[in-house]
Amino acid sequence: MIQGFIAVYLREMIIVKRRFKRLVASMAVSPLLYLLAFSYAMGGEVKFDGFTYTEFLIPGLVAMSSMIQSFAIATDINVARFYWGIFEEFQAAPIRNAAYVAGEVLAGMTRALIAIVVILLLGLAFGVNLDYGPLLWVAALLNSFVFASLAVALAMLVRSHADQSLLTSFVITPMAFLGGTFFPVERLPDWAENILFFLPLTHASESIRAVAFGRVPDWRAYAVLAGVGLFCFLLALKTVNKAKD
Amino acid sequence: MIQIENLQKTYGKIRALAGIDLRVGQGELFAYLGPNGAGKTTTIRILTGLTKLSEGTAILNSYDIRTRSRAAKRQCGLVPQQINLDGELTVRENLDIHGRLFAMAGAKRKQRILELLDYVELLERADSLVKQLSGGLKRRVLIARALLHHPRILFLDEPTVGLDADIRRRIWGLIKKIQQDGTTIFLTTHYIEEAEFLADRVAFLDEGRIVALDRPDRLIAELGGWAVDQLADSGMQTRYYPDREAAREAMAGRDTGFTLRRVNLEDAYLAQTGKKVK
Repeated sequence: MIQGFIAVYLREMIIVKRRFKRLVASMAVSPLLYLLAFSYAMGGEVKFDGFTYTEFLIPGLVAMSSMIQSFAIATDINVARFYWGIFEEFQAAPIRNAAYVAGEVLAGMTRALIAIVVILLLGLAFGVNLDYGPLLWVAALLNSFVFASLAVALAMLVRSHADQSLLTSFVITPMAFLGGTFFPVERLPDWAENILFFLPLTHASESIRAVAFGRVPDWRAYAVLAGVGLFCFLLALKTVNKAKD
Repeated sequence: MIQIENLQKTYGKIRALAGIDLRVGQGELFAYLGPNGAGKTTTIRILTGLTKLSEGTAILNSYDIRTRSRAAKRQCGLVPQQINLDGELTVRENLDIHGRLFAMAGAKRKQRILELLDYVELLERADSLVKQLSGGLKRRVLIARALLHHPRILFLDEPTVGLDADIRRRIWGLIKKIQQDGTTIFLTTHYIEEAEFLADRVAFLDEGRIVALDRPDRLIAELGGWAVDQLADSGMQTRYYPDREAAREAMAGRDTGFTLRRVNLEDAYLAQTGKKVK
């Protein structure tokens, strides 16, 4: 189990290492544009609970980037499946499906971790220095666990690269904008707030922001993320098994 | 050893394998021939754990592929028809990942990688990215990868497809060498002369069933030793004769329009199935 898991994870890390500079640059582009556009456009005039909009934005970007980068493992899996054909190398090996899923999920979480560091460094460059205590990292990692597991589960269901980009358009992009990244969810009407409660990213954004602002986060949000993550992981096990035909 | 009984596979309403019974002995080189869609690759995919079987049993060196799938997979090395190496990794990294997947210990794995790269004459390309290699070199990497974990059964699914004749001959030499080391080899190929040259026994597969199974020389001998191809209005007609003299007598009085030649495995296949191997 362990050797198989290490093999799957190591393969992804070799690729990350080989593309590291390009990867970091791509992780920085969108957050940098958001920071430039929103921070300068809003200036210091817009404040939420005594924090500037830039300070409000950084925790949201941490949540959003950890989601996007961990979900991006789906693209790598499908390049491996459809372009290189090496998913079959894993299927023909005497490893458990759990080893494969765990290796890919951890690879997605590692990508997310790199993205979080990039965002926090960008924040520092914009003069933002919040509380980055352990609970912030726990929330960000739980968030990336959810989306990396979802990515593995869905990657097994798609039949082409085109299907993969559809998933991003219909799942990730709406969540990125509605999950409490750019505005406080509680300012929306009750019905909208109730809907957004069901998005894992909303819980991640609120928890990360609470820690960053020096408040005590709601433990129920962590429980939701852990629960959804576990469900997605089990779903991934099922879809990997089904991918055999 | 490979033991297959009543192996069946259906995809919806399509029956890819209609009940295969087969035994391949330890150290035997067994060739599996048939036209496109006959079920050759499906059989290999089932035996190597890539596809689930619908009915029947398959046992690899006493491990049932359904109940002891991981133990059965440890017995197998696979050279697939489609090259499935990771182009973004080097040759050595591809082999290293494979060794880890088969739980090979570090020092042993590194040593074995060097041995096999030497075996397939690729030591100097160990740190090249796979995407920079030619098709023939990639095929050799696939063979090295399949042998890395000391499999007792090697599945070769069209191992020389698309390769130049000289590279194909080199790979034939390599396959013979692997068999001499005691490995059971299960080979599918479109190149009938490849099976004739390499195989101890041959099975002809047609529409998911084995229609003939024997040593190549016996299958050929059933038709006779010599053949005469003659161009007729309905196309090429071939007649078989027990020896050269009998064939020449039958053609007496005709100077042109026919070819006298030895019977080969393709004749045996055509006689059994009425189809060309494509």
